[in-house]
Amino acid sequence: MIQFTNVTKRYPGGHEALRNVSFELKSGEMAFLTGHSGAGKSTLLKLITRIERPTTGQVMVNGKNLGKLSRRHVPAVRRQIGMIFQDHKLINERTVFDNVALPLVIAGLHNHPEIARRVRAALDKVGLLGKEKQYPVTLSSGEQQRVGIARAVVNKPALLLADEPTGNLDPDLAAEVMGLFGQFNQVGVTVLIVSHNVDLISRFRSRILHLEKGGLV
Amino acid sequence: MRIKNYLLNHLYAFFYSLGQISRAPLSSVMTMVVIGITLAFPAGLYAVLKNAQQLSAGWDDVAQISVFLKKEVGDQAMAELAKRLHDRPDIAKITTVPAAQALDEFRKLSGFDDALRALEENPLPSVLIIQPAAGYADPTAVEHLQASLRKLPEADFVQLDIQWVQRLHAVLEIAKRGVEILAVLLGLAVLLIVGNTIRLGVQSNRDEIAITKLIGATDGFVRRPFLYAGIWYGLLGGIIAWGLVSLALLLLDEPVRKVSALYDSAFALGMLDVWTTLLLLTSGTLLGLLGSWLAVGKHLRAVEPD
Repeated sequence: MIQFTNVTKRYPGGHEALRNVSFELKSGEMAFLTGHSGAGKSTLLKLITRIERPTTGQVMVNGKNLGKLSRRHVPAVRRQIGMIFQDHKLINERTVFDNVALPLVIAGLHNHPEIARRVRAALDKVGLLGKEKQYPVTLSSGEQQRVGIARAVVNKPALLLADEPTGNLDPDLAAEVMGLFGQFNQVGVTVLIVSHNVDLISRFRSRILHLEKGGLV
Repeated sequence: MRIKNYLLNHLYAFFYSLGQISRAPLSSVMTMVVIGITLAFPAGLYAVLKNAQQLSAGWDDVAQISVFLKKEVGDQAMAELAKRLHDRPDIAKITTVPAAQALDEFRKLSGFDDALRALEENPLPSVLIIQPAAGYADPTAVEHLQASLRKLPEADFVQLDIQWVQRLHAVLEIAKRGVEILAVLLGLAVLLIVGNTIRLGVQSNRDEIAITKLIGATDGFVRRPFLYAGIWYGLLGGIIAWGLVSLALLLLDEPVRKVSALYDSAFALGMLDVWTTLLLLTSGTLLGLLGSWLAVGKHLRAVEPD
């Protein structure tokens, strides 16, 4: 699903965020990405979502070489990835329902009953059924995080990326959210989670990719 | 299926853009009013010009040539001349005004009755008023006729009564060109107004655009609502312009009627006709679309997720 081959990312100004990174995440696998801040975790995620391009080396996602992908083909790749952000990245002017429905609308789904069904199923999964009509700002941080998760999974993506999904949650909620990712993985979704939460990570018997100063160790 | 999806995508953008506009009603309406006033300017001038052209168009038909005869030509000679001229194919009708009759008319109309009585002899010449034939009413034929009349030994002075109408037409032609130039300049202004409004829209929706792109929206998906917003601004601006011009014409109608009544004319201002209205609305819409297209193409690319 994800394959990095000798990937180096150097930002303008000379800062080397990733140095010669190689790893492979197979389809259906679940892995954690750990490391201190500044170790290159964010850069690695940005390379998978084609926000950044590698300076050298090759990034393959779902069979596509992202370094060579033209601007026009980027959206199609991003649609196959469910992304969860530490700062949620919800659209505050739109209701919870509209936020979660957005990936479906972008993918060209216009059948309203079908959209409503899938949005409710996703919200039900994260325990937020009944909050569809609220606006994100009226929700707690934990609830907003779960709206973000619902949005990421509503389109049934093959790959789920999560950037510090439990960062702002209390321990119980954090465990619950991690449990959700475990469930998604069990139905075949490839999952990559950036996390500091050593306690939680140790409960899963998953692979751990550890970044230090831009290199995998 | 693809076409259906395409249409549904557009329908989504259509309603979404309406939502965007209604979220900031005051600034949206202000933009539309500014566009409306900008478009109303050339449209109003055009309407006035068209009215002036219509008013003067009727005068073309009354092209007539007055031939003032020399003093020594008597009534008998005048009648003979008239008869001779009447055989010409390019003359439809000749009215003879003998000097005595002309003096009579002048007395009645001028109010200088007493003064004229004091004159020993009639100072007015006899006049032939000549109406060109229908097939010879165009400017070159009339000028030709005028030239040949001038050569008559009996003629003292030949005047083409249409000349001032032609001059007026030439002036109106210049005015029309002026309105066209103004229309182009103000059309450019509309482009800039819409472009700037859309640019502000892109800026205030930066986060939303970045998020939408991050989730996998194509450039087209992000662009579409802004293009529709441009269309709305242009179309509603055009409707406002139409309203402003119509209102102005209505307000002018009463005084214009009064003036034309004083001139014994039934002339009344014409409202904007269907074609002018369509032209106004279409150009408003297209300017809106083009303005937003130019702005969106330039500014959307700058918004990328980080």
